[in-house]
Amino acid sequence: MNILQRIRLSIFPDKPETNHHKHGRGKNFRSFLLHFRPRSVPERTLKLSLTWGLGGMAVVLVFLLFGSGLMLKFAYEPTPGKAYESIVYLNNQVPFGRLLRNIHRWSANGLLFVVFLHLSRVFYTSAFTAPRQFNWIIGLTLFSAVVLSNFTGYLLPWDQLAYWAITISTSMLDYIPGVGTGLKEWILGGPEPGPQTLINFYAIHTAALPLLLLFFMPFHFWRIRKAKGLIIPRSPDEDPSVKGDMVDTMPHLIMREVTLAVLVLAVILLTAMFFNAPLADVANPGLSPNPTKAPWYFMGIQEMLMHFHPVFALLVIPGLLLLGLLSIPYINYETNTTGVWFCSIKGRKMAVIAVIFATLATVAAVLFDEFVVIANQTGPANMISNGLLPFSVVLVMCIGFYMLIKKAFSATNNEAVQALFTLLITAFVVLTIIGVWFRGTGMQLVWGA
Amino acid sequence: MEKETHSRRSFLNKLWLVLGGLAFAEIIAVMFAFFRPRKTELSADEEAAIITAGPIENFEPGTVSAFVAGKFYLARLEDGGFLAMSRRCTHLSCTVPWVSAENKFICPCHSSEFDIRGEVANPPAPRALDLYAIEIRNNVLRVDTGKLSKRSVFAPDQVTYPKKT
Repeated sequence: MNILQRIRLSIFPDKPETNHHKHGRGKNFRSFLLHFRPRSVPERTLKLSLTWGLGGMAVVLVFLLFGSGLMLKFAYEPTPGKAYESIVYLNNQVPFGRLLRNIHRWSANGLLFVVFLHLSRVFYTSAFTAPRQFNWIIGLTLFSAVVLSNFTGYLLPWDQLAYWAITISTSMLDYIPGVGTGLKEWILGGPEPGPQTLINFYAIHTAALPLLLLFFMPFHFWRIRKAKGLIIPRSPDEDPSVKGDMVDTMPHLIMREVTLAVLVLAVILLTAMFFNAPLADVANPGLSPNPTKAPWYFMGIQEMLMHFHPVFALLVIPGLLLLGLLSIPYINYETNTTGVWFCSIKGRKMAVIAVIFATLATVAAVLFDEFVVIANQTGPANMISNGLLPFSVVLVMCIGFYMLIKKAFSATNNEAVQALFTLLITAFVVLTIIGVWFRGTGMQLVWGA
Repeated sequence: MEKETHSRRSFLNKLWLVLGGLAFAEIIAVMFAFFRPRKTELSADEEAAIITAGPIENFEPGTVSAFVAGKFYLARLEDGGFLAMSRRCTHLSCTVPWVSAENKFICPCHSSEFDIRGEVANPPAPRALDLYAIEIRNNVLRVDTGKLSKRSVFAPDQVTYPKKT
């Protein structure tokens, strides 16, 4: 053997003649690629309409973010006075700098959107039942990490958009009784955003959260393996235990995944080529822009702030929603709907009704609060008039909806829980839409902001 | 009493656990202390926090003057008394501009309004603008931006009056 052969053998230990796989070439590459995959998968799980490839899309976007993020670290300076300027320099002077920043920004937004859809898909196919219950919790942890990554990253450009969005978002913590202000000052490194805030957020964004993701993502995938793969899609009357034919992972699953990955890459690249990540004027603590809006994924919460006392909009309602999300896998369900989209035909009808009702009710409530409502109390009475009262009304309406729709359709609790989930998610989406597109100067309601 | 056959082993195992727990608690305490917001040069310097606003004659009754460096407004009420108020909206910390045409502070973020005394004229702000301590010495006004005091509503004892000469 000459030296080149010895080097090659040291990197790829198995000689082609000794392998037993039917395709000799690429065996080592395949074993690397496949070592965390099963040899074969049920053919029925290959259907696009089962998962829409959303989980896979999320992985691709995370890799894009890690890659583009790492490169950005060589251009960005996390100090007020240097941060904004380093981004302007990156945009204008560094070859492909603008493209890199755009890729990072659009991947970040795309990821948030994709994981939200992924969560919805997992919910609507009832893929959170045993043995996948804990994976739902891991998924929620990942979701939180994604939201926090978006939030901490949002501050880094240190422009007017960033500075004020973070100012008002963190000021929301003041309303948590007792620990709120202390918590806020911890995060900000002081009473208001400053140099320490940028350092804190940068460390969280580029080190702490990526480490968290690197730990929980493989955990999430491993739990899927442990559950023996994806759920089997079926119609309501089919037997859940029937798996169907198995096919080789390579090429059937792998090629689908690669195709999707390449598509995602193409979409992000095209978006990054034609749309620039926003960059406003450099941060000015003396001037709050009008309007001052939180990042789009927090606009639902900011819209709630227009209607509820902060303790309810920021603590009580999100707290209850979070508890609800965490409890979804652990409810005592009457039937097994795993693998069936929307539980059943009835479930689908109920979900549609929930969407329509939620949209109409939310819009009506917002308009009611805007044009009809009684005088707002100031001071401590505000907590009742703007807090406990509207919250109680909404709570009663939600409970009433659940009980009514369950009764009207003689539904199982699977279907009723799904309807309630749909109601709440639709309401949140509508609030987000109103906040993003229908609030203008002075946060007044406008037609098309 | 039953005598365990591995008493020394189980004791040492428990000891490891306890010591490990203590070490973990220590690490948490260290991290806690490390991450606490630190006093920067600016916030620790008590002298620098006191801003000399100027002689009281410079300020007309019924007007508001903005001090960008100190991040506060100095309001002189109709009766000649002074209030130094933080420019931070008590709703969600936006910087509230004084709109002299309307004789009000109007916040651009969610339209909270405050009157010249800093009291809430329009929600969603939950309380009046925060105050800074004022000292008038030899008819020169000084504002201590290191001492912030929160209040719910306006009260007459919050106003600082120049000494009658």
